[in-house]
Amino acid sequence: MAKKVLVLGEVRDGELRNVSYEAIATAKEISEGGEIVGVVCGESVNDIAGSMIHYGADRVLVVEDENLKTYTCDAYTQALMQVIDAESPEGIVFGHTALGKDLSPRLAAKLQSGLVSDITGIENTGGNLVYTRPIYSGKAFEKKIITDGVMFVTIRPNNISALEKDESRSGDVSKVDVTIKDLRTIVKEIVRKTTDGVDLSEAKVIVAGGRGVKSEDGFEPLKELADVLGAAVGASRGACDADYCDYSLQIGQTGKVVTPDLYIACGISGAIQHLAGMSNSKIIVAINKDPEANIFNVADYGIVGDLFDVVPKLTEEFKKVLV
Amino acid sequence: MNIYVILKRTFDTEEKIAIENGKISEDGVEFIINPYDEYAVEEAIKLRDEHGGEVTVVTVGEEESDKQLRTALAMGADKAVLIDDEDVDYGDQYSTAKILAAYFEDKEVDIILGGNVAIDGASGQVGPRLAELLDMPHVTTITKLEVEGSTVKIERDVEGDLEIIETSLPVLVTAQQGLNEPRYPSLPGIMKAKKKPLEELELDDLDLDEDEVEGKTRTLEVFLPPEKQAGKVLEGEVDDQVKELVSLLRSEAKVI
Repeated sequence: MAKKVLVLGEVRDGELRNVSYEAIATAKEISEGGEIVGVVCGESVNDIAGSMIHYGADRVLVVEDENLKTYTCDAYTQALMQVIDAESPEGIVFGHTALGKDLSPRLAAKLQSGLVSDITGIENTGGNLVYTRPIYSGKAFEKKIITDGVMFVTIRPNNISALEKDESRSGDVSKVDVTIKDLRTIVKEIVRKTTDGVDLSEAKVIVAGGRGVKSEDGFEPLKELADVLGAAVGASRGACDADYCDYSLQIGQTGKVVTPDLYIACGISGAIQHLAGMSNSKIIVAINKDPEANIFNVADYGIVGDLFDVVPKLTEEFKKVLV
Repeated sequence: MNIYVILKRTFDTEEKIAIENGKISEDGVEFIINPYDEYAVEEAIKLRDEHGGEVTVVTVGEEESDKQLRTALAMGADKAVLIDDEDVDYGDQYSTAKILAAYFEDKEVDIILGGNVAIDGASGQVGPRLAELLDMPHVTTITKLEVEGSTVKIERDVEGDLEIIETSLPVLVTAQQGLNEPRYPSLPGIMKAKKKPLEELELDDLDLDEDEVEGKTRTLEVFLPPEKQAGKVLEGEVDDQVKELVSLLRSEAKVI
């Protein structure tokens, strides 16, 4: 049955995030031939809204307000509710990002609806939309359906492919006026701690360090390798607990769960909590001094050696072949 | 201050997952307070010690959750409430939030703390859903909390960046790693916890009908991911291994 599905286009650094394009592809599946409506919120976002059309949206609603420049749950809830009231969609898709995680349950509660979060796959089995999502940090998976209300879905970045970009597609991009008032939370300041702009959860390549990096400085060779590969840097709990790096880099059952195309584990032993956070990566490379390290049991390729010897050489080799 | 913590009993992080009769097996499994909820308990105790008042820990779940509640009491919480959801059909985050909202309906609340996600189901929904049902603002993934009068200053982790937020009581917040270092229950704490009140409630006690809290989603199936096979450990001189690895990543794995 054809359904109208909204997709929240999420803006970061003046661009739409890739996960928003993946969300359009998901919405396409949910809509079963119905209309896909992109929604882009911000202070001045009209110019970037059109790219949602190129990736498969039929039209885009632009919601501009100074209160939407930075995300707060109140401002975005109010804006989205006004859009939802006007459009009456049957489904809404978000990225499973900081914003999507914060906002979607609030809207689902308002609309007394079911929400399946963090999906990694979707299939249509005889008219039933079945969502696959990891549980126990990827140690298992479940298949779920939504039985009541507006279908709310958040998608994990990097798992559902975006549609091919088609710049010849055209569609209506129109502005929507909303009223935003009585905000109860105010963002006073944003301190950027991520410098290179490669977000762990969306990264295609991750270079991660464990206790084997030995110090904060020990992350330097990993960062150099990451730079060459356009990768994000991550860490095991061991490295975070030892204060070699910030907790925001932690990958594992506590911390982030990641599924990049390539995961390079350097000096990580491979405790079960860490494996839960990364073992669903497509390709895993392990570099560790200890040939018995558990990480080799999940690695596609392993090098037994000192990371301070191997990693710089790897960086040089990649530099040679990637020019 | 009237401080509440919503917490969940989860598998220990070390547990391997096995499936029996189409369900996740709980045979021989060790349970803990969800680690993110533990940060919430710690922060609640610190808030009370600074501002006075009372910490109540609340869970929705099976009877056995009383052990995790006792642990929270041993850490220093004052009261505990266990709401049994055994009779709920297809219970999901909608159900849990609705049950909690019914519990909070007649309570004077200054702040509710929870974890930003549970390490089992990992939906991260219950906190924001509950805040909406109680018509209070929420702030997720917080790493610092300061209350002065009715003003609340919060730092939150947003995908690695730091947001500084100001809001006011009442508010619901969810904890991120880095918020604090949860204490271990002390022996006197454990002894005292045995005498602290632990209230057990049924849906009836909250004037809730099973139908009202039936989930909005269904789980059709749980399954294990294909077991990852150990791959190739390279051999030879390090320089050659590095060359071989780069070549394999490009030609065989095709990820670079």
